[in-house]
Amino acid sequence: MRKVWDFHGGIHPAENKYQSLHTPIRQAGIPAQLTYPLSQHIGAPAKPIVEVGQQVLKGEMIARADGFVSVPVHASTSGTIVAIEERMVAHPSGLPAPCIVLESDGRDQWVELRGIDDYHQLDKPALLEIIRQAGIAGMGGAGFPAAVKLGVNPQAGKIETLVINGTECEPYITADDILMRERADEIIGGTRILQHLVEPTETLLGIEDNKPEAIAALLAAAQGTDVEIVVIPTKYPSGGERQLIEILSGKQVPSGGLPANIGVVCLNIGTALAIYRAVTHGEPLISRITTVTGEALEQPQNFEVLLGSPMRFLLDQAGFQAERSTRLVMGGPMMGFTVMDDEAPIVNTTNCLLAPTETELPPPSPTQACIRCGLCADACPASLLPQQLYWFAVGKEYEKLENHKLFDCIECGACSFVCPSSIPLVQYYRASKAEVLQARKDLAKSDHARLRYEARDERLERESLEKEAKRKARKEAAEERARQAAAAGNEAEADPIQAAIDRARAKKAAAQQAASDQPPTGETPPADAAQLAIAKAMAARATNSGQSPLEKAEAKLKRLRERLANSETKLQQSQAADADDTIINALQSALEKLRPKLAEAERELASLQEQNEA
Amino acid sequence: MYELIAQYPFLAALVALVGMGLCFGALLGFAAEKFKTEGNPISEQINAILPQTQCGQCGYPGCRPYSDAIASGDAAINRCPPGGEATIAQLAILLDVEAIPLDEEHGEEEQAAIVAYIREDECIGCTKCILACPVDAILGAAKQMHTVIVSECTGCDLCVEPCPVDCIDLLSEETTVQSWHWDLPPPTIIATDRESSLADEEKAA
Amino acid sequence: MRVTSPHAHGPLSTAEVMRAVLIASLPGIVALTHFFGFGVLVNILWACLVALGCEALALALRKRPIGFYLNDASALVTATLLAIAMPPGSPWWLILVGVAFSILIAKHLYGGLGYNPFNPAMVGYVVLLISFPVEMTAWLTPAGVEATNTPGILAALQACFAPDTIDAITMATPLDLLRQNNSLLLEDLWLQTPQYGRWAGIGWEWANIGFLIGGLWLLYRRIFTWHAPVAMLTSLALMSAIFFDGGSSASGGSPLFHMLSGGTMFGAFFIVTDPVTSAVSNHGRLVYGALIGLLIFLIRVWGNYPDAVAFSVLLMNFAAPFIDYYTQPKTYGHGGSEG
Repeated sequence: MRKVWDFHGGIHPAENKYQSLHTPIRQAGIPAQLTYPLSQHIGAPAKPIVEVGQQVLKGEMIARADGFVSVPVHASTSGTIVAIEERMVAHPSGLPAPCIVLESDGRDQWVELRGIDDYHQLDKPALLEIIRQAGIAGMGGAGFPAAVKLGVNPQAGKIETLVINGTECEPYITADDILMRERADEIIGGTRILQHLVEPTETLLGIEDNKPEAIAALLAAAQGTDVEIVVIPTKYPSGGERQLIEILSGKQVPSGGLPANIGVVCLNIGTALAIYRAVTHGEPLISRITTVTGEALEQPQNFEVLLGSPMRFLLDQAGFQAERSTRLVMGGPMMGFTVMDDEAPIVNTTNCLLAPTETELPPPSPTQACIRCGLCADACPASLLPQQLYWFAVGKEYEKLENHKLFDCIECGACSFVCPSSIPLVQYYRASKAEVLQARKDLAKSDHARLRYEARDERLERESLEKEAKRKARKEAAEERARQAAAAGNEAEADPIQAAIDRARAKKAAAQQAASDQPPTGETPPADAAQLAIAKAMAARATNSGQSPLEKAEAKLKRLRERLANSETKLQQSQAADADDTIINALQSALEKLRPKLAEAERELASLQEQNEA
Repeated sequence: MYELIAQYPFLAALVALVGMGLCFGALLGFAAEKFKTEGNPISEQINAILPQTQCGQCGYPGCRPYSDAIASGDAAINRCPPGGEATIAQLAILLDVEAIPLDEEHGEEEQAAIVAYIREDECIGCTKCILACPVDAILGAAKQMHTVIVSECTGCDLCVEPCPVDCIDLLSEETTVQSWHWDLPPPTIIATDRESSLADEEKAA
Repeated sequence: MRVTSPHAHGPLSTAEVMRAVLIASLPGIVALTHFFGFGVLVNILWACLVALGCEALALALRKRPIGFYLNDASALVTATLLAIAMPPGSPWWLILVGVAFSILIAKHLYGGLGYNPFNPAMVGYVVLLISFPVEMTAWLTPAGVEATNTPGILAALQACFAPDTIDAITMATPLDLLRQNNSLLLEDLWLQTPQYGRWAGIGWEWANIGFLIGGLWLLYRRIFTWHAPVAMLTSLALMSAIFFDGGSSASGGSPLFHMLSGGTMFGAFFIVTDPVTSAVSNHGRLVYGALIGLLIFLIRVWGNYPDAVAFSVLLMNFAAPFIDYYTQPKTYGHGGSEG
């Protein structure tokens, strides 16, 4: 007998497996409508490659894998695509998700399949590609893409042990059990393909001792191969990947690491069988065995069901009595979740549909206070302290939760099962994990926002400093220019301010003179008028300096007469145009002032003329 | 001298205590100078806890001024609505003070993350919102389309007021199957007041 | 309905745990009644009544549904344990004060079941011992000593509810005598003491054996793990073995004597195993139990009180969170066997 180890804790709930093992696997048939969620696996959701209205065949790819950690989706029967939209899916939230909806045509026509006769001829990348394109993800319940798991980087270390998981430790579920009984050959076949792919030193198929028929079938099928069937004691949750590895090899997978880190690769028997069919027959993953059980059913049994079939389809065939059932659970009683809408589709991780009555799985008792009994710590397969995690979860002490290794919890439910106070421990841990992750995200976001804010502050400050610097530079440049100009003797440039002031003053003076020279007009711009006046004045000065008194007097008289004439004309114009009284008055007063001046100028000229003649 | 001290133990005590006082005083003074910290480190630590929305709801123009105010004792720790109870609790632990409930005057705690969205049809390209955003999360230029960079937006609300055409909405993010998670179970239902527990159940229903 | 997994539940509930503890205390109670009379039963019944009343009062003040919480039998367990620890024939007011203090202050003031840091029964006992030392050390003469008549039901009721009308005949317990002894060799001491039975005090030895049986049954039913009681008994036995020098006048008593005297077995299986106030992990419980055993021996031999279970337990209740911090088990994947 091969040595097996044990893992810490574990519980022994009532098995309740016999109910669904009376009959062999039954074919569920083809439902009218099938729904394919684009995300049936861990990793990026698949991308649709069909359109509404398109006819597809059974096994045809309808959505391709998106990226490395992703899996394609295939149609499980022939028919027409009727919709690509959000539909209800089986998820604890009850929220819809994007799906492709197919209406079956009943003909169930296969697409052309190409199997490989001798896979030994293929190299590993080619085999991995076949597995990847066949849409195979883990069928034990987690749904991790098989091709990614198997394609693990060889630099991570050589894989010593290949583990095939046939334990099925959860109560009620018998899908793997019946598969092992009826199709042991294909399972061993799949295992040998995996052996060729992974090249392990040893291959172990772990199975619990509550499945004697399955053990016998597997032993018979494994005759002549080096696949070792290892029988382990029945305990929940020995089917968890980490726990099974500890049982079979005595080693623990490092926290946050992969089994490959210790040289182990672990796959479910259903996945091994799917790989066998994909490689040898070219069949993509389009169906699985689902146990439909619970006392609210008349005939609990195992079905081979097409993926995408609504749950209702199976429940009807098993004689579901809705009035007797309190809840519908997808998965087993320990890790399954309640499904609100039974039209949700079966996906590749639906290993069981449980329809219990009230007495079978009573509703949870009201939660009482934790009495710190420690039964939860005794049961925990990960050697955690669920009690402390509970107290910290209630108090939202995220640091202490992480110190007590919250993220190593595998959410198996053993602690809640044994709790005498009916505390929903697993819900606390799930919620706390989400809160801790959210807190980390929030911290990253707030750090990022703070950096942006500080950067913006810096930018604004920098801009204002630059402005300041530019202003100073301009001022200095101006001062520099002024100094240089002063040295060169250019007054206007040396002191541009003073020059500007002088200019302004001169303009103002000229404007005033122009205004007194001529009646005010609103049209001539004062600058021009001022300049004109200055020019005139300078010209007048120039001519005046070379003239005799008589000539000056004559010139003066002439000017005055011109002015008078102008003024008279202006006055007449204003009066004719009916201008403002003030203007008219001003013009009249100017005229009145001019007349005596004119008279004086005439007298002066006359006296000068007399002097000249004399 | 020793004889004197020996004769009057009172003197000995006095000498000893004064001597020790001078000694330790000198040591402390030296340490205060040599190990002096630049700036106000407690303000840095407080700022690291605040959510950095820079919304100004606390009454200070940004998270850094608020943290400075808390550090100098001018402000209470319960004025930050985006941080909510969690931030108050962390500040209480850091500063070793009591965790008081959120001061509702400054706004209520938002449950879901909110992000600003500009209705681009209505945007006139005035850049007022760009100038208002404390983390430069709005992309755009004068007379060009403005848009919010969703991943950078902290939901602080400061861009909504300056917009002359009121084209900015604050929307909460939707839950999808990917982002959904379980909530903490209610505290032992029977552990709250009978009346209020019934009210809670009605609210949840 | 939307409920979280798991959907199945094990058979155990809090009420069942409490009931199991009560049932397990029966053999010890029977032995005590046989040797000390019906006073024990009267104590227990009166204490239970007071406990239920106090708990109902506290629940009403805290606005909790009374029926639901009384059903978990935790008040009954506290009352029974305290009543067993008190001398039979204690006046009614003594029991009232003790139980009221336990339930109202040591339990509900801290938040009710599961929230108290100190063992409520032991807190009540210590309060009484310090406040009423005379009444708390008045142990009746056990049956089998000379011509003692253990009180019948009526006498017991009278002793409890009309204490001034009865003159009880009390006698020092062997632990008292051991502590006061400083001149005689132990063998001689026991020869002189009429209340010394086969291995320890008359009545006390059988009571301890009774509680041992009850405790073993609780272990079988997996109500608690073996770590705390075994650690306590081992450390007490070890300490007394180390300091037992064959029975000289300065000796502290033989290991067997300590095992079957006073509240040793009762403490080991009913007090130390109280889950609310002990350490959380199994390793922690080993440390917790061992230190309690050590303290019991120290206080019994060199301390001021004849029996020390209550004080030791309370001191270690203080230390339980500290022990928890340093005895976290190694989680899967963190340096466990990696091949």
